[in-house]
Amino acid sequence: MAVTIEIPTAFRRFTDGSPKLDCTAATVAEALNILTSQYPGLSRHVRDDQGQIRQFLNIYLNDEDIRFLGGEDCAVKEGDKVLLVPSIAGGSQ
Amino acid sequence: MSVNYELRCRECGKTWGNVPRSFCEDCFSPLEVAYDYDSLKKIASREKLVGRAFNMWRYSELLPLPEDFSVPNAVGGTPLVASHKLASKWGLKNLYFKNDAVCFPSLSFKDRVVATALAAARRFNFTTVGCSSTGNLANAVAAQAAQQGFDACVFIPADLEPAKVLNTAVYGARIVRIDGNYDRVNRLCAQVADRFQWGLVNVNLRPYYSEGSKTHGYEIAEQLGWALPDNIVVPMAGGSLITKIAKAFRELVTLGWVQEKPVKFFGAQATGCSPISNAVKRGLTRFEPQKPDTIARSLAIGNPADGPFAIKLIRESGGWAEDISDREIVQSIQLLAETEGIFAETAGGVTIGVTKKLLREGRIRSDETTVVCITGNGLKTTDAIVAEYPLAEAIAPKLEAFEAYLDAQLTTPAVAKV
Repeated sequence: MAVTIEIPTAFRRFTDGSPKLDCTAATVAEALNILTSQYPGLSRHVRDDQGQIRQFLNIYLNDEDIRFLGGEDCAVKEGDKVLLVPSIAGGSQ
Repeated sequence: MSVNYELRCRECGKTWGNVPRSFCEDCFSPLEVAYDYDSLKKIASREKLVGRAFNMWRYSELLPLPEDFSVPNAVGGTPLVASHKLASKWGLKNLYFKNDAVCFPSLSFKDRVVATALAAARRFNFTTVGCSSTGNLANAVAAQAAQQGFDACVFIPADLEPAKVLNTAVYGARIVRIDGNYDRVNRLCAQVADRFQWGLVNVNLRPYYSEGSKTHGYEIAEQLGWALPDNIVVPMAGGSLITKIAKAFRELVTLGWVQEKPVKFFGAQATGCSPISNAVKRGLTRFEPQKPDTIARSLAIGNPADGPFAIKLIRESGGWAEDISDREIVQSIQLLAETEGIFAETAGGVTIGVTKKLLREGRIRSDETTVVCITGNGLKTTDAIVAEYPLAEAIAPKLEAFEAYLDAQLTTPAVAKV
């Protein structure tokens, strides 16, 4: 399926300034893997050491958080959009 | 003299100076304000507070304010109410309510965070400020932006309580109603901050904004006679307030203003939106997001950004998290009003109801000092309880009519006629 991954400004340092990536994938996970293999600098920002999506990165398939769709293995349809949005946390130490 | 704080990444520790940004551009983890406490010790002391007005600015040295900051308004300084009736009903010796239902100017604790956020907005030369909001924050942004001469543009879920929308509109703020829940609104705001040069208080100004919450904690400690409580019950939406109260307490210990002691942090949510309490109760390290369905709309954040920090804090403090039903929220609002004369919004109902539950579970002991945080005013969420109070029939302005009314009302002849 042809899908588009939309990349937030803060990530574009790692994508040569590109705001999106068009790719062909069957699942969100596959699309993310294509993204990080094309732009390896992004890898550690998308997944943590255990290979899980990083805690402070939200990923949406079209309008829905992928955690409501069964996680990153959810299937994508032709023309879908995958959106990466950093979580806005204040935190405290 | 340069300022003694700057933004630091929570995960990788990289420092970024002072910029309008909420996450580390190296590792995309959250940024927060870090202070040089050694230099703070030299300029800040409890003695210096004597003679200062009782509002949040009395702790100015402990807040991320620009060097040329001048106090714009008397935010904070709310009462710590010693409970008598509810304490006795529940068998507690030392129960207090920190009552931000009367916070100036917009009647919620959000006035505190907006106060520090707008100081940052001025420093970074923003002329337009805004926020994503479940209501209280929009009220606070609109009120303080009007007073300080900023243009305000706030983003809210379309189904927000009418009183909260009105309490924003009246200050002349632009209101953008979004067809979607708060989490959708918040996502849009992250994109708006990415595109526009606006100071969105809980997005790109978030590290400065959230520091304002600390003053809720400083005040509690000072009002307890410079001491920390044993327990504190805090409502949780995004999970930020509870972590910032903890930061405030830690700072007071570091500065030597209070004696160190363990404080148990208890988080309160509505069952209809309880991702953080659910994670605590199930022992999860990562919360599972939820689709909120509760009358406590000021707490209706299904994807709480500070959730991971709140979970860790609660667990490490030896505290706990609980949640209650909408019915219990209404009953708890009534209980607080009828026993203590405090009319809290739905979030206050949540902390009261959860406190009751924690007592029942034996997690709070009767000889301990417990502070319950009331963060918003009941006048903003009247729709949640209006059905409890149907209007009685009007009577004629005649004594016989009143006597007939009393006869009809009273089941026992307790009122003697003169």
